[in-house]
Amino acid sequence: MNLPGLYIHIPFCRTKCPYCHFYSTTDLAAVDLVIPAIVREMELYAHEFPTFDTVYIGGGTPSLLTIQQLEMILAGVRRHFPLAPETEITIEVNPADGDPGWYRSLRRLGFNRLHLGVQSFSDEALAFLGRRHRARDAFAALDNTLRAGFDNFGIDLIYGIPGQDRPSWRESLACGVSFLPPHLSAYQLAIEAETPFCHSYRRGSFDIPGEDGSLAFFLETAAYLESEGYEHYEVSNYAANPARKSRHNQKYWDHTPYLGIGPGAHSFQDGRRWWNHRSIEGYVHDLAAGKPPVAGEETLSREELRLETLFMGLRTARGIDIAAFRRKFGEDLPRVRRAIIQPLMDGGFILVRDGRISPTRRGLAVADQLALAF
Amino acid sequence: MRNMDYIRNFSIIAHIDHGKSTLADRLIQYTGGCDARNFQDQILDNMDIERERGITIKSQAISLPYTARDGKTYNLNLIDTPGHVDFSYEVSRSLASCEGVLLLIDAAQGVQAQTLANLYLALEHDLEIIPVINKIDLPSADVERVIEQIDAELGLDTDTNLKCSAKEGTGIEDILEAIVQRIPPPKGTPEAPLSALIFDAQYDPFRGTVIHCRIMDGTVQGGDIIRFMYGGATYKVEEVGHFLLTRQKRERLSAGEVGYIIAGVKTISDVRTGDTITLENRPCGKPLPGFKEVKPVVFASIYPIASDDYEDLAVALEKYKLNDASFIYEKDASVALGQGFRCGFLGLLHLDIVQERLEREYDQSLILSVPSVRFRLTLKDDIVLYVDNPSHYPPQMTIAKGEEPYIRASMMMPERYLGGVMKLCQEKRGMNSNLNYPEPGRAELIYEMPLSEVIYDFYDRFKSVSQGYGSFDYELIDFRDSNLVLVDILVNGERVDALSQIVHRDRARACGLQACERLKEEIPKQMFKIALQAAIGGEIIARTTISAFRKDVTAKCYGGDISRKRKLLEKQKKGKKRMKMIGNVSIPQSAFLAVLKSDTD
Repeated sequence: MNLPGLYIHIPFCRTKCPYCHFYSTTDLAAVDLVIPAIVREMELYAHEFPTFDTVYIGGGTPSLLTIQQLEMILAGVRRHFPLAPETEITIEVNPADGDPGWYRSLRRLGFNRLHLGVQSFSDEALAFLGRRHRARDAFAALDNTLRAGFDNFGIDLIYGIPGQDRPSWRESLACGVSFLPPHLSAYQLAIEAETPFCHSYRRGSFDIPGEDGSLAFFLETAAYLESEGYEHYEVSNYAANPARKSRHNQKYWDHTPYLGIGPGAHSFQDGRRWWNHRSIEGYVHDLAAGKPPVAGEETLSREELRLETLFMGLRTARGIDIAAFRRKFGEDLPRVRRAIIQPLMDGGFILVRDGRISPTRRGLAVADQLALAF
Repeated sequence: MRNMDYIRNFSIIAHIDHGKSTLADRLIQYTGGCDARNFQDQILDNMDIERERGITIKSQAISLPYTARDGKTYNLNLIDTPGHVDFSYEVSRSLASCEGVLLLIDAAQGVQAQTLANLYLALEHDLEIIPVINKIDLPSADVERVIEQIDAELGLDTDTNLKCSAKEGTGIEDILEAIVQRIPPPKGTPEAPLSALIFDAQYDPFRGTVIHCRIMDGTVQGGDIIRFMYGGATYKVEEVGHFLLTRQKRERLSAGEVGYIIAGVKTISDVRTGDTITLENRPCGKPLPGFKEVKPVVFASIYPIASDDYEDLAVALEKYKLNDASFIYEKDASVALGQGFRCGFLGLLHLDIVQERLEREYDQSLILSVPSVRFRLTLKDDIVLYVDNPSHYPPQMTIAKGEEPYIRASMMMPERYLGGVMKLCQEKRGMNSNLNYPEPGRAELIYEMPLSEVIYDFYDRFKSVSQGYGSFDYELIDFRDSNLVLVDILVNGERVDALSQIVHRDRARACGLQACERLKEEIPKQMFKIALQAAIGGEIIARTTISAFRKDVTAKCYGGDISRKRKLLEKQKKGKKRMKMIGNVSIPQSAFLAVLKSDTD
């Protein structure tokens, strides 16, 4: 079994991006309230988890925090949890934030992986997405990253933005690749429920690519990045080499336990998933009272675990380990699901080899439906 | 005075939503037929579906003891009536049991379509008609206008007009008084040989069939041996009584009374609405007029969505059948859908109701095949076949002659709707029309039409063309030559026998195309492209395609997204489970239903 991962959610943003559905607030005055609470929450779980080998500080916008604030958090991590040697410690960075000194200090604190929310190198697209930064800030952020000596970093890019055609996407992608990032995430813009984008989309304020358009973006992205030497290891994720895959994110896809700290964070351990309050008040209040700030939880039934194993497994290029699946669910997929698997193989959606059922690139494009087929 | 002089038998008739059930409730409450504790709104409509759709499906009866201003106590028997052409025969039997009706009119809406249609019906039965203006409490009520309408449009006496608000309970006593004063007491001779009209029957799990009847002549009591004059069977009477909120046992029922007879009748199918009950040892001369053998005219097969549920469905049908004499069924099997039942219905509404009740009250998930009428086919070797099930349709080359059932439709409506209705009838292959004016402004239009054209959407479209003012009734007349073909539907090349239809050749292409288009709207995309085709034998007459999934995957799926995503997928998966696999294609129940819906829905 892999070692568990630690996620810390920093629920603050200077401005809210209209497409984002993650929990965050622009009330920055609460930062000084939340950081000690985060440390307290870690203390509550101090003996519940064994050694972590990944720490991921996400958000929100963790790059809003000062070095001192980040130091408090990491000190808390180290005080309450044992970390494996060479633990992957990642922080998400908004290119609008941080100066060269701040980046250098991150290194000093022990961060060894940066995740840059570049999203696009087109100012027009960035404006549409409601981002605080512009292309030149992204260049500066990449420059700072490299100058500070980070050899492990990833950049996020988004496609399917209204007004973005395939050549302009190709340009952003090529621009990202030119910095030789060890990791690249290429997300299709999704209209998430209860976001400002969702409302304007429903009103018809803009249009997004349909299924055929999305597929074209997806296939072109994958083909291009593979030609640049990247491994397409998950629907939206690419790594320059196997060691540069996001060690932390992979835990989500194979039911490795993870502890989520901070408002709105989710955790998973022994088939149980729980999530914290999506409000600063509720979160701080519970911790002040000395209890875990948990808003809800579920214990997954075998059927639920099975479905998650399928849909998360089929998001990854590795796919599903047939023997492991049989051990967990008593179901020999190639045998009992022959009638389903054969047409999917013939249709070019999956491959069955090396003891795994793996999606092809076209299979990845319809991974959610693939999971439902079983 | 004789006992009969203290009886009044009546019905309430009204346009939909004019407050029929509410008024019935008030009459029941006022006469103490029910105390507040047992009171459940709209007691007469006691099935869920009736309450939701606001229509009465089964008729019901209740006796209201009322002490009138003359100090005498009367038994007012309220007989409720269903309100749809599928059940027009049942309505006619209920009205035949009455001497008068309350014609209820909404004070705000005034005379509406069904007000007229119902008036015509009551006139046919020669009943005393008492107009009642309801909902006078509404701000928009315009009583004066309604009185003018009653005079001018209905041609009814407005000297003593009754006004009430059933909702607020005002004017109820005047109505009860009018029932006593204006509806004549029943006629009949208690000493004469028994003749009783069956207007309804219900199944009681403990007592068997409870026969609802109106005694026309004679007397019946426990121990009597009764005979159904059409059905032929004889039974020994166990109990007779009146309907209050529950059954109230009585010594006997005599001429003029409305009540029930329990006589150990096992299944409701042995009791036919409209039949005459008489005494075995002292029979009346002839049965009461108006009996019709109610025959199903629409046939469809019912299948469980999961074939494992076949046994459950069989049990549910058996139970359901106990309470619905007009419903018939037998075993059937489909290549595509497995084991099921072939069922006969009075019409499409009846089919809808049966389906809904099976789903709701018996918790069945069903798939229905396309409804069909019963065709007559003469084969080349002179054998004559009656076919209502497309799966039993013989090879085209063996058929010498095809015939389909025709009806004579008679439609009443204000003259101004004639044009639209005639156009509709012609579109539905109507012929030999005949137009009469029973009275100025009111037209009666007669058409001969294929039954198959009428069962799908005719009634709804007729109602819409005549803006609801038309009344429609029909009788089967005969079979007539028809160029019939079998249209098959193929999903990815596989024939779905439950979707086959027998249709007139001229309609085949349109019908096939419509089925394909409907399926296309209802069958969700799948991993592979789906070809939908309609064919007559080997000849493809219509086709369309459902494209495959091209892109369907969540862009981001990390810690906080997983449960949410799983729930979305679970929902889809649940939906898929309710689908029927045909070859490698999952077809939802809605697709089967959609194929049988009309263009105008």
